[in-house]
Amino acid sequence: MTTLTTEGLSYGVDGRHLVDDVTLTAADGETVGLVGPNGSGKTTLLRCVYGTLRPSHGRVLLDGEDLHAMSPKARARRIATVPQDSAAAFELTVREVVAMGRSPHKRFWEQDTDADDTLVRRALARVGITDLADRAFPSLSGGERQRALTARALVQQPSLVVLDEPTNHLDIRYQLEILGLVRDLGTTNLLALHDLNLAAYYCDRIYVLDQGRVVASGPPKDVLTVDLLRTVYGVSAEVSVHPTTGAPTVVYLPVST
Amino acid sequence: MSCATPAARGRLRYTLLVAALAAVLVCAAVAGLTLGSVRIPASQVLETLTGAAGPGPYRTIVLDVRLPRVLLGAVVGAGLAVIGTVLQALVRNQLADPFVLGVSSGASVGAVGAIVLGAGAGIATTVTVPLAAFTGALGSLVLVYGFARGGGALTTGRLLLAGVAVSYILSALTSLLMVTSARADHLKEILHWTLGGLGSARWDMLALPTAVLAVGTAVLVTLARPLDLLLVGEEGATVLGLDTGRFRAAVFVLASLLTGVLVAFSGAIGFVGLMVPHAARMAVGAGHRRLLPVAALGGAAFLVLADLAARTVAAPQDIPVGVLTALTGGPFFLWMLRRRPYGTTAGAAA
Repeated sequence: MTTLTTEGLSYGVDGRHLVDDVTLTAADGETVGLVGPNGSGKTTLLRCVYGTLRPSHGRVLLDGEDLHAMSPKARARRIATVPQDSAAAFELTVREVVAMGRSPHKRFWEQDTDADDTLVRRALARVGITDLADRAFPSLSGGERQRALTARALVQQPSLVVLDEPTNHLDIRYQLEILGLVRDLGTTNLLALHDLNLAAYYCDRIYVLDQGRVVASGPPKDVLTVDLLRTVYGVSAEVSVHPTTGAPTVVYLPVST
Repeated sequence: MSCATPAARGRLRYTLLVAALAAVLVCAAVAGLTLGSVRIPASQVLETLTGAAGPGPYRTIVLDVRLPRVLLGAVVGAGLAVIGTVLQALVRNQLADPFVLGVSSGASVGAVGAIVLGAGAGIATTVTVPLAAFTGALGSLVLVYGFARGGGALTTGRLLLAGVAVSYILSALTSLLMVTSARADHLKEILHWTLGGLGSARWDMLALPTAVLAVGTAVLVTLARPLDLLLVGEEGATVLGLDTGRFRAAVFVLASLLTGVLVAFSGAIGFVGLMVPHAARMAVGAGHRRLLPVAALGGAAFLVLADLAARTVAAPQDIPVGVLTALTGGPFFLWMLRRRPYGTTAGAAA
């Protein structure tokens, strides 16, 4: 049972607001999408939520508890995330990187148990990279890394999953697989997504950010409108309900010159 | 059945590797006791060690000259390799070594200052030089830490920059002390210290570095899990629950103190802490629980062998062992650079 709430969240650098008075909620088990143009503050907002940035105003609450009052370890037991830049120095194996997800549940001197190994094995199988387990992590392709880091988030056994562009670098098949996987976790999920059609299909509700502010929110079919696409993204588009998926589908129209 | 699992095979391979390294270390130590300007038969060495031999020149050479030197070499070699391993994780860069963060240049200022001033005042340098070196190391640690910390979290970039800057300043001070020192006999002593050597090893010098090495290594092995987390970067480690600022600071202070104690007795012996961690990582991977013991054993064996070479190659001349480690370490490093595009992963990490 996990509800995420941000209350009047702002984050500024040198007087410029990257995130400006954002209030949002993700109810228990809900998958909530963050969309918006580049530079609209999605990543900054997510970093405030998973705790690597301290908001200049407002609070982030997980079931009413202030996230920034928790220790990093306590936070990591509740929230799993995959930071955008997740390069690993030195040649840790994929298995070692995934097993790191157990760290927040361990005293620093504790070794992994058989139960931990089993969790790691299951997670590797679930994202389909069992055969990569003993490869060096830096030798993986972008998509394979993304899947390994998703496996790491799985073994963390979080109640909230926060993902920043989880489908970056992925072939379309893996985009669908990762998003399907995240949805099926049963956790509360907050995802920043670039692709509006994926957001429309996989998210229960979406928030649209523009210049750090929430300009629209609600179920995808209410939010993704022709008007919104014009004002926020500056594009002409047609939006229809797809007969098979039942989700709104955006078709972009060429820019008239 | 259990032998067939990959995990069990990995454990067996690791155990064999550790055993092999331990054997190499023992052989190196025996060679170190046998060979030198005077060659002593192995049987004689064995009798001396077991106490079967009576007093005599061999006994003095083996027990009072060579054995403390071999033991100090093993301790310093193991320590430098362990510190190098940890600092490379700390700054996420394979070019880090025990000296990159300024500690050795602080030790140099202390040691050279003691040689120049203390010897002039007629104080016995055998005690004052290590003491002054350690004090200098502590001073540079405080400086680097203060600047790296000032106005924000202790990040990799700030730590490296502060370390390099403090190093330059302190090296310049060392040079200044050297050129303004009037006496020629100081210069030789200074040179010997800055190049690093084990020639001054005595029994009463062993207890402190050995104890510090044992405790430090034990602590670092228990910290294997958070050390591994450092490898995935600042943000990656934080979201996995590590308080990176505090942990980094603690590891930096621990590593600097270890370095200070070791270089106080051996001078700044380069390349051991750079090279051995690489070789160990190639053998057992980057996970610190397995890596640290292998690096310690490898470093010990390497420095005992290097010191043996330093004593014998140009006998009866005693070449500073730091010269030899640099002569073997430099080419090794170039070979590593050719072998794989290391710069790319390290660059992405920084």
